[in-house]
Amino acid sequence: MRPAVIAICAVLPMAALAQGLEPRVTIVTSFPKDLTQPYAQAFEKAHPGTKVEVQNRNTAAAVAFIRETQSSPPDLFWASAPDAFEVLKKNRLLTAYKPKSEGIPAQVGSYPIHDPAGFYMGFAASGYGIMFNTRYLAANKLAAPKQWDDLKKPAYFGHVGISAPSRSGTTHLTVETILQGEGWAKGWATLLEIGGNLAAVSDRSFGVPDAVNSGQYGVGIVIDFFALSAKASGFPVDFVYPELTTIVPANIGIVANAKNPNAAAAFVEFLLSEVGQEILLDPKIRRLPVRPTTYAKAPADYPNPFKDRSLGARVKFDADLSEARYELVNSLYDRIVTFRLKELTEAWKAIHAAETRLAAKPNAEARALLTEARAKVTAVPIGETEARDPAIAGAFQEKRKDKPVPVRQAEYEERWDAHAKRAYAEAKTLADKAAQAAR
Amino acid sequence: MTAAVASGAAGTLGRRASPGQIAVGLAVALFLALFLVLPVARVMVAAIEGPDGYTLDHFGDFARTALFREAFANSIYVAFMAVVLATLIAVPLAYLLARFRFRGAALIQTLGVIPLVMPPFVGAVAMQLVFGRNGSVNLLLNEWFGFRIPFMEGLNGVIFVEGLHYFPFILLNLSAALSNIDASMEEAAQNLGASGWTLARRIVLPLALPGYVAGAALVFVKVFDDLGTPLLLNATNLLAPQAYLRITSIGLDDPLGYVIATVMVAFSLAAVAASALVLRGRDFSTVQRGGGGLGQRELTAGRRIAAWVFISLVLLLVLSPHIGLLLLSLGTVWSFSVLPDAFTLAHYGAVFGQSAHYLGNTVLYCALAAALDVVLGTAIAYLVLRTDLPGRRWLDAVAMIPIAVPGVVLGIGMLRTFHGINLPGSDQPLATFWGMLIVAYAVRRLPYALRACTAALQQLHISLEEAAESLGAGKLATLRRIVVPLMAGGILAGFVTSFATAAVELSETLLLVTREADAPASYGIYVYMQSPAGRGPGAALGVIAVVVVAVATYFSHRLAEIDRAKRGKLGR
Repeated sequence: MRPAVIAICAVLPMAALAQGLEPRVTIVTSFPKDLTQPYAQAFEKAHPGTKVEVQNRNTAAAVAFIRETQSSPPDLFWASAPDAFEVLKKNRLLTAYKPKSEGIPAQVGSYPIHDPAGFYMGFAASGYGIMFNTRYLAANKLAAPKQWDDLKKPAYFGHVGISAPSRSGTTHLTVETILQGEGWAKGWATLLEIGGNLAAVSDRSFGVPDAVNSGQYGVGIVIDFFALSAKASGFPVDFVYPELTTIVPANIGIVANAKNPNAAAAFVEFLLSEVGQEILLDPKIRRLPVRPTTYAKAPADYPNPFKDRSLGARVKFDADLSEARYELVNSLYDRIVTFRLKELTEAWKAIHAAETRLAAKPNAEARALLTEARAKVTAVPIGETEARDPAIAGAFQEKRKDKPVPVRQAEYEERWDAHAKRAYAEAKTLADKAAQAAR
Repeated sequence: MTAAVASGAAGTLGRRASPGQIAVGLAVALFLALFLVLPVARVMVAAIEGPDGYTLDHFGDFARTALFREAFANSIYVAFMAVVLATLIAVPLAYLLARFRFRGAALIQTLGVIPLVMPPFVGAVAMQLVFGRNGSVNLLLNEWFGFRIPFMEGLNGVIFVEGLHYFPFILLNLSAALSNIDASMEEAAQNLGASGWTLARRIVLPLALPGYVAGAALVFVKVFDDLGTPLLLNATNLLAPQAYLRITSIGLDDPLGYVIATVMVAFSLAAVAASALVLRGRDFSTVQRGGGGLGQRELTAGRRIAAWVFISLVLLLVLSPHIGLLLLSLGTVWSFSVLPDAFTLAHYGAVFGQSAHYLGNTVLYCALAAALDVVLGTAIAYLVLRTDLPGRRWLDAVAMIPIAVPGVVLGIGMLRTFHGINLPGSDQPLATFWGMLIVAYAVRRLPYALRACTAALQQLHISLEEAAESLGAGKLATLRRIVVPLMAGGILAGFVTSFATAAVELSETLLLVTREADAPASYGIYVYMQSPAGRGPGAALGVIAVVVVAVATYFSHRLAEIDRAKRGKLGR
């Protein structure tokens, strides 16, 4: 331990003991400094004598850190991705806690704010939507998209970015929302058609807003605060919630065997308090409070999911269904979109080209070929019932001795990959033929 | 007066393992076992764990999966082509530097290292802003000529970026090798009538081969295993990203990720071994140690201009990401435009206000890690090339493993192995003690230093040591007075590469740092880069880190030059 830290430890206990709080609280978080610093400062002001230590890690590193440091763990885990909390919960790395704060409803949109089992608490809501770079759109003469379906349009070919659902718990929820809202087969068709317009599939959530901010591509599928805080920082970007969106909470949880449990609990309470919720309105943070009364202090155009029922309410989100096929959906998306993006976009490019030609010169034979091509490129290699089947979905989950699976994950993945490669090549050939026929 | 003595059976001295050598060998082995093998093994064992005991099924899955076979082939192709590109850049530069008297050679040497210092994330953003599909270059091309060049798309993009990024490995090692060639070798050849191309082909290039091969092998293996660039370009059909994406999937201990990592380690070691085979059976060492490099000539005025034009073009190309970084750090908003909208110094103000301690930590950690690396590298190279210590080749092979082990695997392994142990006299776990970062950096960058030190020792003829010993010098004195000073160029090259690359290491850093006050600059950059408002300050911190590394590199080259000049004088 370094001298400075020793000195602080020696002085602080007096003040902290008065409140029954430990002299420090350590937080592992994936949130940016813009969010953590105001909270740390405000908390230290409200609880003089307790020092907040923030450790920034990306979500994957944070989960690994908590898993590996059980002998002397950090006190709190503070992040967006609900899947990370679920993983920690399953591994018994979180402590259940019941917040004392009153005035926070059970749900935001159709999603429970706190974990029903009590292992993590939602402190802010966020919705997924479409972010776009206005300069980029103007230069490319593109209209601003409003709905997911807009992103299917050929005009957006090569202009759209997304992060892989396997890499971003929030993108996963968007994918799952589309699948639940439109149904399995139709949902995948939408995802694959949007996939045809993708410029890139990023491996981290922040890669998408980064690329839209710098204008590498014009449109990104991102969580609201990425876009809104970029706008607040002066970037020529804007954001829209499509009708079909899920509002999901960002969370905090107390780590099992936390060394400073009282201070950790106090921090959770602080996040949920009136004062804590107001900090979310800061333009650099710009997240949706979970305390409905806080919206009274927000600017006029601030989205309010508790009032605006269209936000996140169109889909009745089935959390059990989502959980049953969580890993399978991620792996499937990677197989048929992320890792075969080149083949997928080439197939769609050929289809778009043929359609342009067909529009100028209608031709029944070409139309039939194109319909077949579209069917090929939008087909998903596994049915909805199979995807829910524990025998299959289980192959993608953590391997356990008591849960043997008949077929290994690798075998499914190889099957899907082969399907995607073949189907996209066939679709391209069909589309090229259609273009020939319409000549 | 000189000869490249081709002695198949090298000298007889020092061929039996002495107690001192055994002790050094054991110490190195212990270090590697404790901080590399054990932590990595504790994570990688997942590759062979099945539902009932151990299994090799996962390796079968690897072979059966078309995606992985494709990724494997792509990785080899990309690595090979990157070596070609890096060679095209580095060899002329190294030759110019070694052959001709140049003002500012140290400057070029220094600028040649800078590409290695590419801060994570912020560097990626800067690269995209310069070379991306709507980066400055393409926006200008599109405006003037109506087309774009896909610098950063697909496998060719990876080759382009990697070649630019890693050519310093060849430049550094080749320069060190060239400066070790004795001028008198060349003079002898000239006396025999060789000149120009013959001279280069028959004398200079063969003698510099160990340096080139060391550098090229590093580039090959490094590109083969590199993660940052493919992720930056979203090129996922390569082995390293395939492994990484699986290993870092939250909460899933996916065996295939570790299988891929194992395959990568095996292939990388094979590549290094193959590069050693290229050199086997030849002797590159020279006896004469007076010359201090090739005879340097003055360039004619015309050629000097041509040389400067070439060098300027290369430097402009390789430094453009850093120019992008500089602009990013000085710009307000930079979005879909050739240059930022406006300029400001506010980002630097923010960094100096809050983040100065990061830089001190970086210099401290990386300098210590690099020092540890060259000590280990020299020790291993000496044991391998100069002794018959049993198992010495294993030390060399094991020390090369980190080049192919993803940082996150080593980071998790360190936590798993050392978190339960507390720092003596406190309740702080050893794993999160800042000293562990130094060890982790040293382990991760050891291969660079090791290859550089090995190449340097390969050029040194054993008869010099034999002469010293026959004059009564002990082993230690010989090492201290003869071997290490004569290897100085290679050791320096190793130190610089280790130092520069450790300065921007992120994946281990993110796992092992627990206190803001102990964090190095790469962590600071990461923290800034998590929000759009942090792009400027993140870039500013990146620029400062680059400058710090550049200054350190420049001074080490100045020192080396002074040393070389001194030796040159003594020899003539």
